[in-house]
Amino acid sequence: MAKGVWIVAEHRNGALRNVSFEVASVARKLADELGEEVSAVLVGSGVEGFAPELGKYGVDKVYVADDAMFADYTTDAYSAAVAKVVKENDASILLLASSVQGKDLSSRLVGTLATGMASDCTDVKIADGKLLAIRPMYAGKCFGEIVVESYPQMASLRPKVFAAVENAKAGEVVKFDAGIAADALKTKVLETQKDASGKVDLTEADIIVSGGRGMKGPDEYKIIEELADLLGAAVGASRAAVDAGWRPQSDQVGQTGKVVSPNLYVACGISGAIQHLAGMSSSKYIVAINKDSEAPIFARADYGIVDDLFKIVPEVTAAVKKIL
Amino acid sequence: MTDTGCAGIRPRKEVIVNIVACVKQVPDTEAFIKVKPDGSGIEEGNIKWVMNPYDEYGVEEALKLKEASGGEVTVVSLGPARAMETIRTALAMGAEKGVHITIDEADAYNTAVALAAAIKDINPDVVFCGQRAIDGDAGQVGSILAELLGIPQITIVTGFEVDGDKVKAVKPIEGAQLVIESSMPCVVTAQKGLNEPRYASLPGIMKAKKKPVDVKDAAALGLSVEPKAKIVRMTPPPERAPGKIIEGDDPAAKASELVKLLREEAKVI
Ligand SMILES: Cc1cc2nc3c(=O)[nH]c(=O)nc-3n(C[C@H](O)[C@H](O)[C@H](O)COP(=O)(O)OP(=O)(O)OC[C@H]3O[C@@H](n4cnc5c(N)ncnc54)[C@H](O)[C@@H]3O)c2cc1C
Ligand SMILES: Nc1ncnc2c1ncn2[C@@H]1O[C@H](COP(=O)(O)O)[C@@H](O)[C@H]1O
Repeated sequence: MAKGVWIVAEHRNGALRNVSFEVASVARKLADELGEEVSAVLVGSGVEGFAPELGKYGVDKVYVADDAMFADYTTDAYSAAVAKVVKENDASILLLASSVQGKDLSSRLVGTLATGMASDCTDVKIADGKLLAIRPMYAGKCFGEIVVESYPQMASLRPKVFAAVENAKAGEVVKFDAGIAADALKTKVLETQKDASGKVDLTEADIIVSGGRGMKGPDEYKIIEELADLLGAAVGASRAAVDAGWRPQSDQVGQTGKVVSPNLYVACGISGAIQHLAGMSSSKYIVAINKDSEAPIFARADYGIVDDLFKIVPEVTAAVKKIL
Repeated sequence: MTDTGCAGIRPRKEVIVNIVACVKQVPDTEAFIKVKPDGSGIEEGNIKWVMNPYDEYGVEEALKLKEASGGEVTVVSLGPARAMETIRTALAMGAEKGVHITIDEADAYNTAVALAAAIKDINPDVVFCGQRAIDGDAGQVGSILAELLGIPQITIVTGFEVDGDKVKAVKPIEGAQLVIESSMPCVVTAQKGLNEPRYASLPGIMKAKKKPVDVKDAAALGLSVEPKAKIVRMTPPPERAPGKIIEGDDPAAKASELVKLLREEAKVI
């Protein structure tokens, strides 16, 4: 019988990514309810040393495939390795992050493992001994409760929605041979072009200050950047601002941009179109600064100021300076 | 494509023969979505149906590839009778022919099984999908399809070119972008930024009516309709407590009040 809660640990540039701890923490909670173990699959080159850190977040066993051929993430190499160990151990539940890499790997694994998956979940629990996954659908206009009828029961978890909780377990290393011939791989990473700004990515930011068409132009984002720098926040934008060429595509939040769940999302001069809300309504706190009291963003905001953003934003920056 | 590092598709007439674009019909993004009282699904009555926006990027890229390298674009859609409109839209944009797999509903895995069955016979060089369909927001079908066809994938791409017998694609990741190379055939899933989809012209719409669409019944293809991922219930989004509007005439006072609330009540700064 399928047994055990499994995760895939994600790492980059020589460190585990925070989403791995979020996913491990969720796995621990589910495993405790089931009275089962948490196992993590760690595929990479020079990654064995990450195991104790996974143990800190509740992982009992870390299955490691460490090989130079895994230096870069590629779908074919990683999916074959994960599928092999998960199948051999007859995993009951398999969780990944719905990060860029997690989206690619998890969806491929659905095919490799011939199973089902609930993508980009905002809640997961155990009901009648099975995984019950809850996820936004139709851009968050409704929610679906998903049961996976085959094994492993897969779910990917929306980054930053779930807390990383320390809960020390063994993190015991179990090495496995992925059994892949490097020359059979059909894809490779030719180049990694780092974002020169060195800023935190929107999907990883605790705070996002976002500007829309109300910003009037690219130069006016200075006031947003100033506030963001002070708060250690990332800068986001509506599609209107991106399509106008004021901000890069990588800043776009929404249905055709990024889905973000920061602790705080500050929307400045953004009306709150349904497609924008689709990308940020799982934020923990939402602030709206907009001169139109009828703007739909206010219906979603925890705190709102109806006024000219050019008057308010610099004052917010000044007020933050006083307390930090 | 200035910021993507891809120079555009290079003509390689001898390489590209068959291009496939998968298109799904979905509710218009503005559509009001109402969950049925019993939670079994959504009310479909007043919905305006359109091509999934990400699939528009996929169709556009398929057409650009054809225009540069030759070959033929086949659009494949699985869905009820109304999905034919979306196939016609893609034909009007310039695709040569369509395949319509008729079935009311299928989960990601079964959808991919059906698409793979239809696409296998086309013997494609490149299969374009959207990175996600905006109804279920799953983002799974392209990868499952690639696995079932036994070919590589490059997902969520904003740049694409064919280079000899390989493809190169640009893929944004958190804080960086990758240039990934893959052999052909492969599946590529389209993200906003890949291109600007064209509109169907009037002559295009007229021509589309005469283009061939092969209609296949999913059940007759022997495909299972038992979902692996089953939606047991749908619910409206949770109610949100009304927010606090910070009143007053003095911007500085309102800003201080906001900062105080964020610090003391929400504890987020
Ligand atoms: C298929 C599809 C996908 C889409 N995907 C996305 C997406 O991913 N992300 C996204 O954001 N949009 C998306 N959109 C677009 C979306 O419908 C809206 O057009 C867009 O979000 C509007 O951006 P905005 O709020 O900045 O602009 P507007 O709607 O024009 O709002 C500007 C706001 O600024 C306020 N304002 C103006 N001046 C000031 C001032 N001085 N002080 C204070 N407030 C001021 C105005 O009152 C107004 O509310 C999509 C649309 C479609 C059809
Ligand atoms: N019923 C379908 N018919 C044709 N293509 C589909 C269908 N469902 C999904 N796809 C393709 O797979 C992509 C991802 O869909 P999904 O996994 O449902 O988010 C879509 O953008 C389409 O290109």
